[in-house]
Amino acid sequence: MATATLIFSKRWTSVSVWLVYAVGLVPAAWSFYLGATGGLGADPVKSFELLLGLWTLRFLILTLAVSPLRELGGWSFLRYRRALGLLTFYYAAMHFTVYAVLDQTLMLDAIIADVLKRPFIMFGMAGLVLLVPLAVTSNAASIRTLGPNWIKLHRLVYIIAALGAVHFALSTKVLSLEQYIYIGLILLLILYRAVRPILRERKRKLNRPRRA
Amino acid sequence: MAAYRPPHIPSSEITPLSAWLNRRQFIAAAGLAAGGLVATKALGAPLTTKPGAYKVDEKTTPREDVTTYNNFYEFGLDKGDPAKLSGDFKPRPWTIKVDGMVAKPATFDIDTLIAEFPLEERIYRMRCVEAWSMVIPWDGFPLAALLDKVEPLGSAKYVAFETIVRPSEMPGQSGLFQSLNWPYVEGLRLDEARHPLTLLAVGLYGETLPNQNGAPIRLVVPWKYGFKGIKSIVRITLTDQQPKNTWQITNPGEYGFYANVNPEVDHPRWSQATERRIGEGGFFSAGARRPTLPFNGYADEVASLYSGMDLRANF
Repeated sequence: MATATLIFSKRWTSVSVWLVYAVGLVPAAWSFYLGATGGLGADPVKSFELLLGLWTLRFLILTLAVSPLRELGGWSFLRYRRALGLLTFYYAAMHFTVYAVLDQTLMLDAIIADVLKRPFIMFGMAGLVLLVPLAVTSNAASIRTLGPNWIKLHRLVYIIAALGAVHFALSTKVLSLEQYIYIGLILLLILYRAVRPILRERKRKLNRPRRA
Repeated sequence: MAAYRPPHIPSSEITPLSAWLNRRQFIAAAGLAAGGLVATKALGAPLTTKPGAYKVDEKTTPREDVTTYNNFYEFGLDKGDPAKLSGDFKPRPWTIKVDGMVAKPATFDIDTLIAEFPLEERIYRMRCVEAWSMVIPWDGFPLAALLDKVEPLGSAKYVAFETIVRPSEMPGQSGLFQSLNWPYVEGLRLDEARHPLTLLAVGLYGETLPNQNGAPIRLVVPWKYGFKGIKSIVRITLTDQQPKNTWQITNPGEYGFYANVNPEVDHPRWSQATERRIGEGGFFSAGARRPTLPFNGYADEVASLYSGMDLRANF
């Protein structure tokens, strides 16, 4: 009986992870369909580009929220974190592809000039480049091979988050309320990671006398 | 064969514009009340207009796109906000005060202006500083015609413009989060203001301006970036000081007073060398991205206004 439950819950876990991938890719697929059929408004390329960028930030925020939710709220979504992280990478890659292919129509000199000259594009590009090693090493074999270095490598995600926030802030003429919310959430999550060792230390000290 | 003669219409049978608009408003209100319907189509009154001297020989941007893709921060930051959130805005009754260094300062009623000045259709390119563009058939009259009426003094060097502040009807002007300082202000040099291309538009596609496009009257300066085209104007002031404009106040490193379309001078955060033409269809339409022209293609008409000026410094 116990084994049956275990097998079922294991199977459900892997199904639910695939569900996260499937559901996570729906916004991109749906708006691609809308854009290709003329249902994405007056400026479909910009709308699609923006939507992919927004979903990159959303998945990035969800990925970073897994640890604090577990430590502060007791909710564990650890088994979905890899999927959320990879969705972040997929959306960032699609965002760049749309910029290069549909927006800049593959004018390579314009793209290179943008990347080299404009901080706005530079920050976004750096974020995407830094996501690549994380995506490549997001498998069990890499975790085994890299050992403690894997954790160090994946701390890059906080730098990526900061780059994403700056890129988003620089993309418009004035900051909107929506932008303040996204940037605020990213800052909070980075801040939480920074103070986490201090919180843990304090918790340990508080627990010690009780145990004694 | 006798030529067809249209039957004579006595002027008593022609509905005055204001009555027509009131009727439209009433019908719209009734529709809203009856069906709980959200008005998505802007209601415009037809204008009597004749083809003007300036006409770009390019495909005009569909009306649907011109009226649903707008930067009008008084109604919100999203391009769709002005069309969605401007339903409560009342462009009638409306007056424009023209004052400052003029011999005959005056306040004009919008319908008097429309009746007094012959309206022309001008098909202009519109290039936004955000690197997108449209081709819009405006209906309006040259700003110079209005300036002539108030007789600017010899000391006047600039023209300052001001948009209405009406937080109860403009959601972007109320609430905790405000994107810009109100009123939105703009300015031109007097010779730019008097240039025959400079238009006060009261309509587009042959109908009165929809609220989201700057009803009831807005500025159109086709060789400058779109933000110079101040909307819903309530005041025009002649002055000898270079006026401040809202975007220059907001971010002087990125937006200047002149804001002439210039593919050579990039925005600090993006290139101005090319632009995306709005309304070219789905993702894969060819020609959506095209090179930006100096002075937005009006160099022959206006380049002489700036001879000897460093356009990199005066961006």
